[in-house]
Amino acid sequence: MIIRKSGFLEKNTPIKYRISSIGVHSDTNKFSWWAGVQMGPPDPILGVTEAFKRDTNPKKMNLGVGAYRDDQGKPFVLDCVRKAEALISSKQLDKEYLAIGGLGDFTKSCAQLALGADSEVLKSGRNITVQTISGTGSLRIGANFLSRFHSASRDVYLPTPSWGNHTPIFRDAGMQLKAYRYYDPSTCGFDFKGTLDDISKMPERSVILLHACAHNPTGVDPKPEQWKEIADLVKKRDLLVFFDMAYQGFASGDIDRDAWAVRHFIEQGHNIVLSQSFAKNMGLYGERVGGLTLVCKDAEEAKRVESQLKILIRPIYSNPPMNGARIAATILNTTELYNIWLEEVHCMANRIIKMREQLAANLKSEGSTHNWEHVTDQIGMFCFTGLKPDQVERLTKEFSVYMTKDGRISMAGVTSGNVGYLAHGIHAVTK
Amino acid sequence: IMSLFGEVPQATPVAVFKVTNDFKEDPNPKKVNLGVGAYRTDEGQPWVLPVVKKVEKIIVADDSLNHEYLPILGLPEFRSSASKIALGEDSPAIQENRVGAVQCLGGTGALKIGAEFLRRWYNGNNNTRTPVYVSAPTWENHNAVFVNAGFEDVRPYKYWDAEKRGLDLSGFLGDLESAPKHSIFVLHACAHNPTGTDPTHVEWMQVAEVMKRRKLFVFFDSAYQGFASGCLDKDAWAVRYFITQGFEMFCAQSFSKNFGLYNERVGNLTIVARDPDNLKRVLSQMEKIVRVTWSNPPSQGARLVAVTLNNPELFSEWKDNVKTMADRVLSMRASLRAKLEALETPGTWDHITQQIGMFSFTGLNPNQVEYLIKEKSIYLMASGRINMCGLTTKNIDYVAESIHESVVNVQ
Repeated sequence: MIIRKSGFLEKNTPIKYRISSIGVHSDTNKFSWWAGVQMGPPDPILGVTEAFKRDTNPKKMNLGVGAYRDDQGKPFVLDCVRKAEALISSKQLDKEYLAIGGLGDFTKSCAQLALGADSEVLKSGRNITVQTISGTGSLRIGANFLSRFHSASRDVYLPTPSWGNHTPIFRDAGMQLKAYRYYDPSTCGFDFKGTLDDISKMPERSVILLHACAHNPTGVDPKPEQWKEIADLVKKRDLLVFFDMAYQGFASGDIDRDAWAVRHFIEQGHNIVLSQSFAKNMGLYGERVGGLTLVCKDAEEAKRVESQLKILIRPIYSNPPMNGARIAATILNTTELYNIWLEEVHCMANRIIKMREQLAANLKSEGSTHNWEHVTDQIGMFCFTGLKPDQVERLTKEFSVYMTKDGRISMAGVTSGNVGYLAHGIHAVTK
Repeated sequence: IMSLFGEVPQATPVAVFKVTNDFKEDPNPKKVNLGVGAYRTDEGQPWVLPVVKKVEKIIVADDSLNHEYLPILGLPEFRSSASKIALGEDSPAIQENRVGAVQCLGGTGALKIGAEFLRRWYNGNNNTRTPVYVSAPTWENHNAVFVNAGFEDVRPYKYWDAEKRGLDLSGFLGDLESAPKHSIFVLHACAHNPTGTDPTHVEWMQVAEVMKRRKLFVFFDSAYQGFASGCLDKDAWAVRYFITQGFEMFCAQSFSKNFGLYNERVGNLTIVARDPDNLKRVLSQMEKIVRVTWSNPPSQGARLVAVTLNNPELFSEWKDNVKTMADRVLSMRASLRAKLEALETPGTWDHITQQIGMFSFTGLNPNQVEYLIKEKSIYLMASGRINMCGLTTKNIDYVAESIHESVVNVQ
């Protein structure tokens, strides 16, 4: 038996309670509420980093999670972020709760960034934009909203493949997951015909999730003319469009270019749901900065929708965290910082483009006879190498190159210092 | 075109935020906000703790820090030090490696993750019919958290005795005795919100005895540790006592009030399991839940708290800051009671000083509350709950006189 004391007791505590306060814990009592809890499998994406950390090989590479690294392989804190932090620090602001929907300065500029400053939607006030816990939190609240209010359909169509976390998020929110063709493994490119074909068969009022730019995991984006056709067909089918925009600025290096599809759909009359993340384009990963926008029929509807979003948010986390949103708002609303930011995003995108070129070149000089054009055709942080699971496993086991099983690598983790080693490893497992 | 959202009804606003909203829009210069639970100085201003300002400067100046993702379960040094605050530095449960934690978005987030876990894994799998008991009355969001997590049966347990203005112990124990086995009970660790009425040590022991015998699940909500008495250990007595009694349990901790970090959303779900193996499996499933909710938690607030708790000097300074806040609240309690008694306001007012923490359940009825709001621009909750932190040496006379008026003039 193990005897423990429970600490001081109030005066006048009767003897019988003084005795029982000396807790007795019998070793023979093995009952647990959790005996039936199974060990959960490691997260397919975040689990990669954990495995990487355990590896002692000095040449190891983490090409798993999409977090930008500089050419020294180090995390990169943007200069505009540091400047914004210094500005904020000097203001000595209080820490009072934000409104449930978040920081007004942030949500306004967040919507503006996505929709464009001259957007008719913003002028008419028919959008509701709330601050969310980065992209995940945005998708989750959006999914919860659809689950509760989109009675016309339970179905959410995801492109094949999509970000691994999309499925569990929508499923946990009570939606049914369906798929549409998107990636063509034979070309490592866009299966435009397959996409159109599948959209044409979707039941009316279904939800279709589209990656606004820099598709994750494939890096394959439709061209503008293709987006136009998709928008037309989606309208014919009367589908509810849910855009996931986690990489605005990161794809082409240009904020407006990357938001083109979103803006086009809106111009075509689609009242979309939009998730935004500032994890990558502002390097604010751990601060959890995101936005959820619903484009409504008019301002009155937007108010009703807003009231219901608050009801959804309150029992999850009450109100969102200030720090990251304050930084993002400061950058977006301060001309000097905004311009620095545009430059830095451009630089990050360019470094990735350069790494793509170097990887393709190195694979060629390794003597690989495969077609690696997709490495430079694809756009954004990720490259869908085309590697099969067994090849991925070899690459990890023999070369300590960590990536997700689907063959996706984060180009952001590639540097001029390790691109040669990576090409060597890829060639070794594919020759 | 038919809008997809054409049928979405306007929801009623969350009451406590509406009170603050109405207060903001009131032009009366004498207005007082006794609504939302946030600390105020004697100047009626929010207070960023001096130790927090200090640590923030340290963080901003530290170039080696970045904004990378935290692990799914949060910042390790935050989780462990936060759990130690609740359980005690020398907690045997911690030494036995059967205590874990999930960093969450505030106390709300911690309750949410705990609720989601229980719904999936407690009392069979996905047993949404397990009754969840919350005190009558309780923090108004408790109900919604558990309902949204999928529980179909959220019920009140007797707690507040309106007549005697104190704890309805026999009612409480009676509900514990009659609750279906394995029911979940949400207990306020200290400074009960909204009543400010806590069980005594002996009363807690009686509660624990019934809960152990009837195999009821213990889910502590600890949002005011340090704030109730001014002493962290004293305020954690109930939580620590339950551990000595061998319970596996959850404790949702908030650092919003005791660190004044409201908008940084700093919370911790402390998990006490039977043994390390159970704990490991539980944490792995917690990760799954976190991943589909917010992926990983925000870093700023957790970093602030971790740096403070893990540095002896800063930790000491923090405890002083907490005591400062608790002491001001205590002095306002004493002052309000004294003034009401001096005014000979009908009724007894010792509950003002007997109650503990940020809130006082005044006992004012809805009509009297309405009178205070409409006629006096004194904003409080319809339940009669006032936030003691809204009182200052400058407004306490006005408030005391107004309460006196409402009691005398309004039935």
